[in-house]
Amino acid sequence: MVARVERFEEPFVIEKIVFGLLSPQEIRKLAKVTIIRPDVYEADGSPVVGGLRDPHLGAIEPGERCPVCGNTREECPGHFGKIELARPVLLPHLGDYIYMMLQSTCRRCGRLLLPQDRIEYLRRIYVRLKEKWPRLAEVMANSIAKEASDVTECPHCGERQFKVRYIRPIIFYEKRPEGEVRLTPIDIRDRLERIPDDDVMLLGVDPKRARPEWMVLTVLPVPPLAVRPSITLETGLRAEDDLTHALAEIVRENEKLKNFIQTNAPETMIEDAWLTLQHVIAAYIDNELPNIYQLTHRRRRPLKTLAQRLKGKEGRLRGNLSGKRVNFSARTVISPDPLISINEVGVPVEIAKILTVQMVVTPYNIEEARRYVLNGPFKWPGATFVYKARQGRKIDLRYQKNYKQLAEELEPGDIVERHLINGDIVLFNRQPTLHRMSIMGHIVRVMPGKTFRINLLVCPPYNADFDGDEMNLHVPRLEEARAEARELLLVEKHILTPRYGGPIIGGRQDYISGAYLLTIKTTLLTLEEVSRIIARSEAPVDLMEPAILRPKPLYTGKQIVSLFLPRDLNFRGKAKINAGDLKCENENCMNDSFIVVEKGKLLMGVLDKNAIGAEQPNNLLHVIALEYGESKAREFLDTIFRSFIRVLEVKGLSMAYSDIEIPKEAKDEIDRLTEEARREVEELIDQYRRGTLELIPGRTAEESLELKIIERLQKLRTDAGNVAIKYLNPFNDVFIMARTGARGSDVNITQMAAMLGQQTIRGRRIWRGFRTRTLSHFKPGELSPEARGFIKGNFRDGLRPSELFFHAVAGREGLVDTAVKTSQSGYMQRRLINALQDLVVSYDGTVRDSWGNIIQFKYGEDGVDPMRTYHGKPVEVSRVIDRIRSLRGSRGGWRQEG
Amino acid sequence: MGGGRRVDEVLEAVKEILPLSLYEELVKSLSEATDLSDEEKLAVIEEVVRRYVLAMAQPGEPVGVVAAQSIGEPGTQMTLRTFHYAGLMEFDVTLGLPRLIEVVDAKREPSTPIMEIYLDEEHKYSEAKAREIARRIEYTTLEKVMASLQYTLGDRDVIIKLDPEMLEDKGVSVDLVIERIRDSGIGEVRLGEDQYTLVVTIDRKVLPEERIFDYRTYKEIESKLRKLYLKGVKGINRTSIRVIDEKVVDGKVVREYAIVTEGSNLAEVLFMEGVDYRRTTTNNIFEIAEVLGIEAARNAIIKEIMKVLEDAGLDVDIRHVMLVADVMTWNGSIRQIGRLGVAGEKPSVLARAAFEVTVRQFYDAAVAGEEDSLKGVTESIIAGIPPRVGTGLVLMALGIPRRRQERG
Repeated sequence: MVARVERFEEPFVIEKIVFGLLSPQEIRKLAKVTIIRPDVYEADGSPVVGGLRDPHLGAIEPGERCPVCGNTREECPGHFGKIELARPVLLPHLGDYIYMMLQSTCRRCGRLLLPQDRIEYLRRIYVRLKEKWPRLAEVMANSIAKEASDVTECPHCGERQFKVRYIRPIIFYEKRPEGEVRLTPIDIRDRLERIPDDDVMLLGVDPKRARPEWMVLTVLPVPPLAVRPSITLETGLRAEDDLTHALAEIVRENEKLKNFIQTNAPETMIEDAWLTLQHVIAAYIDNELPNIYQLTHRRRRPLKTLAQRLKGKEGRLRGNLSGKRVNFSARTVISPDPLISINEVGVPVEIAKILTVQMVVTPYNIEEARRYVLNGPFKWPGATFVYKARQGRKIDLRYQKNYKQLAEELEPGDIVERHLINGDIVLFNRQPTLHRMSIMGHIVRVMPGKTFRINLLVCPPYNADFDGDEMNLHVPRLEEARAEARELLLVEKHILTPRYGGPIIGGRQDYISGAYLLTIKTTLLTLEEVSRIIARSEAPVDLMEPAILRPKPLYTGKQIVSLFLPRDLNFRGKAKINAGDLKCENENCMNDSFIVVEKGKLLMGVLDKNAIGAEQPNNLLHVIALEYGESKAREFLDTIFRSFIRVLEVKGLSMAYSDIEIPKEAKDEIDRLTEEARREVEELIDQYRRGTLELIPGRTAEESLELKIIERLQKLRTDAGNVAIKYLNPFNDVFIMARTGARGSDVNITQMAAMLGQQTIRGRRIWRGFRTRTLSHFKPGELSPEARGFIKGNFRDGLRPSELFFHAVAGREGLVDTAVKTSQSGYMQRRLINALQDLVVSYDGTVRDSWGNIIQFKYGEDGVDPMRTYHGKPVEVSRVIDRIRSLRGSRGGWRQEG
Repeated sequence: MGGGRRVDEVLEAVKEILPLSLYEELVKSLSEATDLSDEEKLAVIEEVVRRYVLAMAQPGEPVGVVAAQSIGEPGTQMTLRTFHYAGLMEFDVTLGLPRLIEVVDAKREPSTPIMEIYLDEEHKYSEAKAREIARRIEYTTLEKVMASLQYTLGDRDVIIKLDPEMLEDKGVSVDLVIERIRDSGIGEVRLGEDQYTLVVTIDRKVLPEERIFDYRTYKEIESKLRKLYLKGVKGINRTSIRVIDEKVVDGKVVREYAIVTEGSNLAEVLFMEGVDYRRTTTNNIFEIAEVLGIEAARNAIIKEIMKVLEDAGLDVDIRHVMLVADVMTWNGSIRQIGRLGVAGEKPSVLARAAFEVTVRQFYDAAVAGEEDSLKGVTESIIAGIPPRVGTGLVLMALGIPRRRQERG
């Protein structure tokens, strides 16, 4: 195929990047102009020659021609300038290296302060080490520096050595016998120059790429204008970049110093100006150094200088290089649509008209392409651009009138930038992107409306709900990317999660209640009801004979479910409701709480969270996905799950005040329990006051008391909850939801119907507030349950004012916790990813990093991908045996796949 | 068919391929499934192997990122600062996110060091014997067994009243206290008005005549006495006996006891008599590395992380945790996940700079004249080349002749 227009030719591939310091010679060679004036523009608006906007720095205005390379601004890469410093200046960040070298080399001859034979010995080792273990060479260099810095007399020239004192970032003193003497950058540069290359190397510094004396600047490079563009405000005023301001300051100080030297000003003035220059240059490089005068904008905001540009989350590295902004993306609110496939996403027409896909025109699709061009950019499905291959022309359809002519002129090889249409693949994402299932491939389905529509079943992997969540959509541009999206990123490929080896996509809430109501034994449906329910699945199924023929034909819910199960599926497992009174250990179950699927027939057991729920390993969904493939699982999710919802539409599921109402006897019983607990707690407090409380080893009396009270009150709530649950109708909707795992728990029911129980902060009863009490409702020093956050009330009957307050207190703790936690766990995840991102399973089954280091000989010790496991187990032998057994005697033998 | 041998032969051959646990399960299941014919058994073996191979991770699978995500993602669901009780209410243990961060940070000392000391055959069934060992282990100072300590400025005699209950509880005799004070060289000891009162006459070397009214010196001596070592293992501050197993043998209830301690000192405890050194552990990973070696430390990291995740009710496959532990330990020392460890020691300058302390990285790289060969993921993204992960690992291309390609 013809090369796509957007994919430009790669002029070169970066092989490696070498780091080093620029030598003064290099800086001078690079520089096309010497900057001597701090101004930018003359009064007449022309750039100052020798100023910070000298034309030699490169062309930036439209139509301007560069005096250096002769190009206009499109082509001119920009050129460096330079500032010749009147006196040398230290590079502030390299102070520690300078300090190390001053201490470990001779102040007269510049040699490393170790005997010659030792140097040679160390060099032999160092060279070998550097090649194989660069990290260790670093450590060795440090220890050599340390060894040499303790020497007091040069073994080469016999010169006595003095200690150097370093005050960060730029001041050095030498401790001579006559007192401390300041080392000026000139002194330092002289000394560094004397260190021979071979000795430099042993100190961990590469003499070819970073001669020590280059750490002291004599000439400063001035970056081209493209690096520090000026902007024109609406008022017509020009605002210069922060870097330009900082450079102006440097030029000013440098010229001042130059002037002082030339006019033989007093030495102190020269010294002062020199020091100022050092500070200004330090600030130009890093405006956040300690002990440096910060450069500011008119006495306020600190300038953003070089280091600030690179640093941090929004800096160049993390903000622009590791993460880049993209085109062909969209973002809007999401809303649910249970009728589209889990693989799909509903895209608003408005968005579909902006996001585009390139299609290369061929004889086979030319008619289709013409239709798009004919529709133009404003009518979906249309096109926004046409690239004429032969003319090498790009036509923006927004400014074209004659779509018809363009459509007719279309020929194979042209490229049409067409609207997003049904069937395109896009990437869909919800932040925070915590795992790979946070970005998945969806098939586009263009729809009216202004929101993205997703199937409810994909909420768990995205952790999405519809209370205003927004999501992002990206259109892959290359055929390779589209192919990868379809093969690897499609939602159905992520039904199973690698985190624990189980389905992450699956039913929640109404899907579970619906499945339960459909599959309970009391559900018997007429043909009409069955038709309604099955119709919603939109799957062609052959209805079997009804389970009950007389007095009228009636189907069971289990029959309906069986229509959708793979024909040879066998499955056994406990339902969620298999607990308490409904407990069963095997298929010998009277409570319908043990699921048995035999040859694709749901024989017994209800479907609830444990069968079809999301994030439930080894459930029905998991087995189907693993053994029959993702696309079969998707089919299952796309068909019968809709019917589950329809069941609720037929049968109804709601929640009423009466659902959490308990009879008077129950209330009395709870009151009795409460009284009992209160007496016991009082007894404990009494014992504590009398000092006879039995202590928990290693705990103080107060702690023991508190622990015991909390324990007792927790038990009270459980007991009260049990009483409430005992009196509730087991077929009330709230109860069904809790039991099947659709929504809510026993605790929720308890809190609604019986009591909220003890509120805690950091696992303790509420104790803070007033000096010796929590609220003014209580006596000072009172330790009773009520005074410390015990809530007897429940949500149905309401709370007392103090109870409401305590509830709010505990609720607030939860909010604060989540806020703190997200930042902490976010940072931990960033570090984990950074540490592990290079690890890949190699062709030989080992886990290696990008440099070939072996981290594991066999991934996870068995080489198994957790995603393809039964909750960690690669093969379920009993299921295999079961399967072989069930195929016994069937034609074709066991090899026949389902 | 005489296939009995064949099944065995195939099983033997398959042993090389399957992981041990799976192999054992297969052998066991086959021997139990007596109704299967040999042919069916062979079919089972074939199918098991086929499914195992299908479940293997494919080359290019970015297992590192998956592991990081699998541990990081549930971190958001974890409770913060859950100071739970380790079964009993006696100690607080750091669990949840703080503990997880502590482990991947490779902190030298856990914020709540805990040891689980198991006992040998002789001692583990008797609470008294367990207590006896616990007493020997617990680090006991004079402070812990005394009721009061009095002195008057200008008087060399310090009067120490011991607490008989605590002496009993810690298993310390008065004689031992006297001996320890004597050995310390602080001064002479004699019994006071009763057998639990000690009078210590401070030595002149410790309390010179000219300092006899110096309050500070007295304070120093007091603290020296209070902190005086009596017995036990350094670092073990508190001990507690726990029943870890209960079974009925011959109609009698047999309980197994173990000791849980606050504070940790693996090196010394392992060599104590009565301690089962095979099972005794600590949550201090560095101690394990020093005493038992880096592989033990790796297992300890796995164990600690899994424990935190399980306690929080989070389901994470152990393979992810193993990978994290291996990354932390593969070069023979424990390295933290972060700037000062794994992430900071990467061979790539750009990868390090993109992580943390950007400017410093560039300067260090410049001085050392480093090169970045752009092999890793971050560097590749920065340079705009496909990272060598997943589909990017495949470097092969179809050899379609150029002319044909151009003609389309």
